[in-house]
Amino acid sequence: MQPSAEVLYRQMYKSRRFEEAVTELWNDGHISAEMHLSKGEEAIVAGVVDHVTDGDALALEHRGTAPLVMRGVDLALLIKEFMGLEDGLCRGMGGHMHLFSPEHLAASSGIVGASGPAACGFAFAAQHLRPGKVAVAFFGEGAMNQGMLMESMNLASAWSLPVIFVCKDNGMAITTPSNEVTGGDLLKRARGLGAHAISLDGTDVNEVWRAAREAFVRAREGGGPTFLHATCVHPDGHLLGDPLLRIVRKPVRELKSRVAPLMKAATTGGSSLSEKAASLGSIVDMLGRASKADRQGASDPVEQQRPQLSISDAQRADLEREVDAEVQDAVAAALRSKEARG
Amino acid sequence: MKTMSFAGAIEDALMKAMSEDPRIVVFGEDVHSIRMNLFAKFGEMRVRSTPISESAFLGAAVTASMAGLRPVVELLMIDFVAVGVDALVNHAAKLEGFSGGRWKAPMVVRASCGGGYGDGGQHEQSLWGWLAQIPGLKVVVPSNPADAGGLMLSAIQDEGPVIYLEHKLLADYWIDGLADGGRTNLDYDIPEAGARGEVPRTWEPIPIGEAKVLRDGNDLTMVSVGVSVHRCLEAATQLAEHGVQAGVIDLRSIAPLDTDAVCRAVERTGRLLVVDEDYKHFSLSGELAAVVMEAGITAQFARVCVEDTIPFDRRREAEALPNVARILEAASGLRA
Repeated sequence: MQPSAEVLYRQMYKSRRFEEAVTELWNDGHISAEMHLSKGEEAIVAGVVDHVTDGDALALEHRGTAPLVMRGVDLALLIKEFMGLEDGLCRGMGGHMHLFSPEHLAASSGIVGASGPAACGFAFAAQHLRPGKVAVAFFGEGAMNQGMLMESMNLASAWSLPVIFVCKDNGMAITTPSNEVTGGDLLKRARGLGAHAISLDGTDVNEVWRAAREAFVRAREGGGPTFLHATCVHPDGHLLGDPLLRIVRKPVRELKSRVAPLMKAATTGGSSLSEKAASLGSIVDMLGRASKADRQGASDPVEQQRPQLSISDAQRADLEREVDAEVQDAVAAALRSKEARG
Repeated sequence: MKTMSFAGAIEDALMKAMSEDPRIVVFGEDVHSIRMNLFAKFGEMRVRSTPISESAFLGAAVTASMAGLRPVVELLMIDFVAVGVDALVNHAAKLEGFSGGRWKAPMVVRASCGGGYGDGGQHEQSLWGWLAQIPGLKVVVPSNPADAGGLMLSAIQDEGPVIYLEHKLLADYWIDGLADGGRTNLDYDIPEAGARGEVPRTWEPIPIGEAKVLRDGNDLTMVSVGVSVHRCLEAATQLAEHGVQAGVIDLRSIAPLDTDAVCRAVERTGRLLVVDEDYKHFSLSGELAAVVMEAGITAQFARVCVEDTIPFDRRREAEALPNVARILEAASGLRA
């Protein structure tokens, strides 16, 4: 039975608030290097993870935060891990791209496409040791051009593995538009490899939930893998401090140091004038697209679920306050731990 | 006395382990045919043929082991690890570190290695130095049936990823399948003591990381692994006829490396000759020189290794691989 709208809303809201807190910590310099958030894909994750029960496995990529938050991993452990603290989820050894929770059979990888083979292995172990259990692979559409992911779809089909391949398609492979580097149709591709395949609006948690239910039932009953192709938007781009978004949001500051070398490169030597003009045109197009996408704003999955709620505004405010407090407590605990470390 | 072939010993030890532990599964390319006996005994669920798809099934082996199985995953040839090496380098090897020690990947990657039968440089490599360089991976290379069985048991029992390499000149079915193909008119320089030999009445695991001194000698220490161990023993016999006492150490394991055994011997002899079928540069042989220097031992050093792409032509192949003549020449350079 489909859970109440509040249950799914709470999951998405919690992930969103958590990631907003992480963004602040990142901005303040508490978190080093790259940070890839699940912001914008909450509906996909919530709609899928709601079906996950103990013994099911999660093969995650570099955006593992939302699935782990929604599986109930302790928020403070996650933040401490992001901050590299010894009392983090992985003792500060993994960071946000390499999160592991053996209790949840959840493993992440920062290698694009690696969640495919990982899910196959989890599913193979389920066939032996935990019949009826499944493995979920989360990845983006950029990963669909990785050999290992295609190989794993074939393996999952050939062995009837209980795998659910969840493709979160935001249309951008890092900063490259996916349609420029992808041949054919992803649904047909998955079907060609023997998986059931379905396309859906990844900003609608209820649509995702229903599609995922079918996929989970099929997998649990031995019907083999399903490919869920869900569209979404990443309002923060590929990672915090996304280079294209920085340019379109603060063009004067960001372009100051770039324009002179770009112009010099485009006006001296190299290929023919027309080829160089074409390159410059492409760069302008690329920035124009990023700017347009940024201005349009995302169809926000969290906002979208609000009208579905059957509770009063006051009840919603209570729910949100409760989640906010949980997130704040986790942040405070992590900062205390960092301070204690000296 | 009980004797077995090299391949028979591996199968016997593996069969015993699989009979005792239902978590052990074998999967990889062609396992229904190359592991026919295991398939017949344990069935489809435990001996499963994969697509020719190294990235997928090596990656799957990692998480299968994380989720409670003990996979022995078959690569046919270690050359093909290059196709799916991400699973080993970025996943299996990193798991224990990344998870803060909370999760491990008890998996065995089994593959053939080595040359000497004319298959060319894409199917005859050793690559153990390349793999051993990655922290978190263990690499074992047995040189005889007793070690082959014992090391297979310890590889399976190990809590982390172990790469188990069997030399094609030692395991008869590789030569039969890849080289002879039913013909009887071709010759290979197969070391008899490696291809068949005494084995224990019951298999016991041999600790990974313990080298074995096969021959004592006070003038010179030869350190080697795999088939080259036998070339060293032959060279040592010839050297003894000329009054030079050469010791031979079989490393058996590349990672971890038994540095104590090497240093103990070289401290005494002051001469180290590494004979390694793997590539010369940035390698096991270079590592051994560094180990001896780091220990503060003053020693002369020489090495006989593969230096370039292994030629297809069998005459040139024989010159490219470590052989007795090259070992004797290198040893003579150390005597002065």
